[in-house]
Amino acid sequence: MPFEELFPTLVTFSGAVNWTVGFLTTVSFFAILALALNTQWSAGILNFGVAAFFMAGAYASAIFTLDPPQALESYIGGWGAPVIVGWLMAAVAGGVLALLLSIPMLRLRDDFLAIMTIGVAAILRSIANSVDGLVNRARGLNGLPRFLEDIADKITPGEEYRWFALVVALLFVAFVYWLVSRAGASPWGRVLRAVRDNEDTARASGKNTVAFRIQAFVLGGVLMGLAGGLYAHEIKSVAPGGFSNVIGTFFVWTMLIVGGSGNHKGVLLGALAVGFFWFGVPLFQESLPDWLGARVFQVRQLIIGALIVIFLLWRPQGLLAEQARVSRFVRKKPEQQPAAAEDG
Amino acid sequence: MGWIVGSIIAVGAVGVTLIYGILGVGDFSYGDSMTTAMFAVLFVVSAEGANLGFQGGSFGPLSFGWGLVVGLLLAIVVVVGLVLALELLVYRRLRRRGGSFFVFAIASLGIGIMLRALVQLIWGPSNFRFVPGIHKAIEITEGIRIKPDQIFIIALTLVIGVGVYLLLYRTRFGKAMRATADNPELAEASGIRTDRVRLGTWALGGLLAALAGTMLGIQTEVRFDSGFVLLLPLFAAAILGGIGSPGGALIGGLVVGVSQEVSTRWIDTGFKPAIPFIIVTAVLLLRPRGLFGRDA
Repeated sequence: MPFEELFPTLVTFSGAVNWTVGFLTTVSFFAILALALNTQWSAGILNFGVAAFFMAGAYASAIFTLDPPQALESYIGGWGAPVIVGWLMAAVAGGVLALLLSIPMLRLRDDFLAIMTIGVAAILRSIANSVDGLVNRARGLNGLPRFLEDIADKITPGEEYRWFALVVALLFVAFVYWLVSRAGASPWGRVLRAVRDNEDTARASGKNTVAFRIQAFVLGGVLMGLAGGLYAHEIKSVAPGGFSNVIGTFFVWTMLIVGGSGNHKGVLLGALAVGFFWFGVPLFQESLPDWLGARVFQVRQLIIGALIVIFLLWRPQGLLAEQARVSRFVRKKPEQQPAAAEDG
Repeated sequence: MGWIVGSIIAVGAVGVTLIYGILGVGDFSYGDSMTTAMFAVLFVVSAEGANLGFQGGSFGPLSFGWGLVVGLLLAIVVVVGLVLALELLVYRRLRRRGGSFFVFAIASLGIGIMLRALVQLIWGPSNFRFVPGIHKAIEITEGIRIKPDQIFIIALTLVIGVGVYLLLYRTRFGKAMRATADNPELAEASGIRTDRVRLGTWALGGLLAALAGTMLGIQTEVRFDSGFVLLLPLFAAAILGGIGSPGGALIGGLVVGVSQEVSTRWIDTGFKPAIPFIIVTAVLLLRPRGLFGRDA
């Protein structure tokens, strides 16, 4: 579990602060993944391969920003580009992967898309693991540069880079939140909701529904790729084993279902709540009885699976339900319209 | 090798395609039902089972004996009981609320996560085998060597194929299943008790998962994700055969299994998991309803 390595333990006050900083930074990446997944889900697209887009972004950024391979290493790229270029390429990689996977949507088989996405992460892991000279196989890519590390060192010298990293991560969450909210509130987003709720009606109004869904899928892929790029430079190394379906896909789905699919605020809340549960549980490992403490990782996985089923059954709208949205040109309560007309 | 894995995928894909075609549920926990069956068998044939007196013996040249038969029975009881419970507790409720394919899919995803976690809670992440040690292959003709177990797997696949065919096309219940698949409302209106048909379909799907899981355990190592990693090949076989077509799924499974093995002659083994993916894409582009599917 590479994510846990980011967190110091909570013994002292400064330990608690540091843990919180590391936690919020890491959860930021997952919040971006969950917002991206929500964008796709809001268009009626089922993506069970979040880990694949996350991985594609992380590797793309690593390839562009690393220095050329040393002895005993072998990978493509290594152009030593600035981290910001790596992030751009991470977003591009996620988008390209989404475009490649869009074929079932062209055939109007969204169920097949879900089936295909569940295998993609395993395929990428397998290729990364065993193809020589591509991405250094199972050893992974190590020693990634961090974003503006030299400049950050001057502003907050010493060990305090984590504060800088947190601010950068939160800025990205804010940006992605703004982007997906704006996109959702735009005419484009309105068509997407129409496509999800009733594709035939949307098509009858002359919308090319297939193009709209592919756009939503690619936008989600771009943002997932970006999250992968951000993560890669935070953890400073990427390896195939780090992109399991459990952490990369199922965890994010639980955030979405718990928080409230369709509602971006709910998704942020879900990311925070489920993230806090996931990363918080190991802290109590030592104070748990032995029979439970030894199995805390499996129990935590059991619970995120159970949360999905429980919420689907008893609270399908999630913690925060999707708000019904109407055009701002329509008055909120139709029965008040006559009165308003008299005023005018 | 490809034929053996293909046979296992084929049996599982028949279950997947029936659940998908008749119930409208893309069951993303199907691989984990297979895993559950594998561990039920393992429980009987391993040391725990030996204490109960079931482990010993082997049939002729096969690596397993009565222990495996008892294990298979336990696996059937466990997996069929599990999927029936899930239908009653989860899927039926979601269906009454007008649950779509997507809702069922996400629910089954959650169930799959739970099953894998449960198996790891009990057995941990290690590899197990039904029968330890190397099992010798016999030479049939020159150059073709096969293990007796593998002949058994292929023969069992044929028997299962015939059995499913007879059930679907020679019994009243099979007729009711096919009618429910075609049009649930019409079937209900004609007096078919669709709730029972759904339970029966789940039971058949669970039975096939138990058989496929046991076959997989005979052939390979038993691990918490042994079934999960077969999920894409299973669905690829069902899609290739045409959703809802058991015969198609059988052939689809063999095609997927054999092409995965044959592919490694030309491409790096790292690309092997991509073969089912390529098959699905090709089917979508060339023949969206699959080889034997009726409608697109």
